Amino acid sequence: MFSRRQFIKTGIAGGLLLAAAALFQKPLDRAGKQALVAGNPLDPSLRTVVRAIAPVILQGAFPAADPERAAVLERIAKGVALAVGALSAASQKEVAELFALLAFAPTRIAVAGLTPAWEQASAVEIEAFLKRWQHSRIDLLKSGYQALHDLVLGAWYADPQSWTAIGYAGPPTLVKS
Amino acid sequence: MIKDPYQEGIARGWKIVDAARLAGDREDQADVVIVGSGAGGGIAAEILAKSGLSVIVVEEGPLRSTADFHMREAEAYPALYQESAARKTADKGINILQGRCVGGSTTVNWTSSFRTPPATLEFWQSQFGLADYTQEALLPWFEMVERRLSISAWYVPPNANNELLRTGASKLGIEAQVIRRNVNGCWNLGYCGTGCPTNAKQSMLVTTLPAALELGATIYYGLRAERLTLAGDKVSALECVAMDAAGIHPQARRVLLRAKHFVLAGGAIGSPALLLRSGAPDPARQLGQRTFLHPTVVSSALMDAPVNGHSGAPQSLYSDHFLDNLPIAGPLGYKLEAPPLHPVLFATTLQGFGAGHAALMQQFDNAHVLLALLRDGFNPASRGGQVRLRDDGTPLLDYPLDDVIWDGARRALLSMAEIQFAAGAKKVYAVHEECSGWDSWAAAKQGIAQLPMQPLSMRVVSAHVMGGCAMGTEAGRSVVDPRGRHHQLGNLTVADGSLFPTSIGANPQQSVYGIVARNISTLAESLSGKPAAALA
Repeated sequence: MFSRRQFIKTGIAGGLLLAAAALFQKPLDRAGKQALVAGNPLDPSLRTVVRAIAPVILQGAFPAADPERAAVLERIAKGVALAVGALSAASQKEVAELFALLAFAPTRIAVAGLTPAWEQASAVEIEAFLKRWQHSRIDLLKSGYQALHDLVLGAWYADPQSWTAIGYAGPPTLVKS
Repeated sequence: MIKDPYQEGIARGWKIVDAARLAGDREDQADVVIVGSGAGGGIAAEILAKSGLSVIVVEEGPLRSTADFHMREAEAYPALYQESAARKTADKGINILQGRCVGGSTTVNWTSSFRTPPATLEFWQSQFGLADYTQEALLPWFEMVERRLSISAWYVPPNANNELLRTGASKLGIEAQVIRRNVNGCWNLGYCGTGCPTNAKQSMLVTTLPAALELGATIYYGLRAERLTLAGDKVSALECVAMDAAGIHPQARRVLLRAKHFVLAGGAIGSPALLLRSGAPDPARQLGQRTFLHPTVVSSALMDAPVNGHSGAPQSLYSDHFLDNLPIAGPLGYKLEAPPLHPVLFATTLQGFGAGHAALMQQFDNAHVLLALLRDGFNPASRGGQVRLRDDGTPLLDYPLDDVIWDGARRALLSMAEIQFAAGAKKVYAVHEECSGWDSWAAAKQGIAQLPMQPLSMRVVSAHVMGGCAMGTEAGRSVVDPRGRHHQLGNLTVADGSLFPTSIGANPQQSVYGIVARNISTLAESLSGKPAAALA
């Protein structure tokens, strides 16, 4: 079930993660803290990562050749930032660290296994990254994938503009005083 | 015309304080200070106020009421739920839905009301010495809260999502029953989880809290109960800190509350955490231990005809077949229910991403979903979780998902898939990262047997938090006595789901209502020297 090869691979990935975390603690902390500074409405790390992964996570739901694609992406990034801002202080810190780790080139390469910058990465490369984390043997990476999954899909389906495509008319209209 | 009881009540002079708007530090006092305004706090507030005692209720979450409820997930989750409906266990293996607002989880729950199951009470009597937790002794209290909160069987035809549970189950010779609900004049809209917009749900928000306010009780909201000041074997005060307007970060303003007696009803994560922060005595080392969740696994099916699971009362039918056919302390049994389906809840719960996820979402209206709630805490190997404190003092629940849970999860997925195919499902998806759906019961049976049962692969959720301040007769084995009185701190009573020494094996709200009603009536008598006033 758990082959020797997988075990070695996991060991290497696990080792890399720890090494990366230790090596890059300072820049990551700095980026994470910046994201939490009040009045920083859209953390640049979050914005970069979400704009790159949203079209892949939402493939099939997201307008592939929409002239308003850029605006839609911006709306999703804002939606994710809004959702993060409503988490507990402890969870906000963790999510800020996740986006900082993904946006910072050395850890992006070492931990996410993504060589090109987010802006240059192809859909195939981003999908491969998401799948690696989704099926990872390392709980931390699986939970990172799930955070991205929940944040992007949550932001998308919270938006009434996504509802037509799923045949949901929205909540009933009540006449209230 | 739908009235907002709070707009009217505040106009009439109800004492409600928004801590975020306090101009300075404050001290206040009452006969009883209650921490938490959910199922336990609400019932306690009305009984104590009706018994002639002065009451202050402290709520960390915001006040939102009828006029604020727009049936929108995007508004409701950040405003009304703990950690924006994304509260997680320590390894993030379980997502917990729990209320955090005036009315607590009762403001956002799905109204399922069950008396504590007889098998659970018998287990408590035999294993925890809770001799007067008999069906007979509790019956008048369950009946009282049923009268007070309009709890009765819901005989309106169930929505299709629930009817499919009955259809599939009956084909397999499995019985499904009607759920009792705490509603009065329900419009059958299906949006209980985002706050009832019609005042039909008889939550604490529209019943006991208004009754207590009418009798002069005070509610502070946006106020975090930080620690109890202990003086010997007594609590002398409760130290509170005001939260910011968004309810995320504590601010500088502090409120000190004094009382003769303190009632903890902050839920089974919040109450143990407050005692831990306060350094409360815990010689039995049971505080924050044995926290139970009814770990819940989910099975989603695609039907030929529209199901419209977002519409109509959620959870109107259930089956206890897989609880009743197993010994209570054996392999974990499970209760089957059919939840409401809303876009954010459904999209974030479903595994996978990209085209496959989008294709499922495009069939949102044809989705039929079942839940299995595992009955944890009875099997000796099912020890539940532990509440710990983060560095910032906020609670973190560590709930290891182990073999006893996984065994139940796998059997539950099998039962749900079989029922769903019997009901006519075209396809069934276990909510698991490695599942891409099955076309037949035979394929599902084989597939489920092979699913790797690991945290974060098998998605597990919970809406029921119980335990952590377990009651018992022996101070060496429990935190509080059978009436919820703290074994070491004489003027402290726990009055919420954290009392339960195991899970309930059913949606727990009515267990909290009934048991707290009895316990707090005893307290009211001892504080006032007169018989306690009845709720109804």
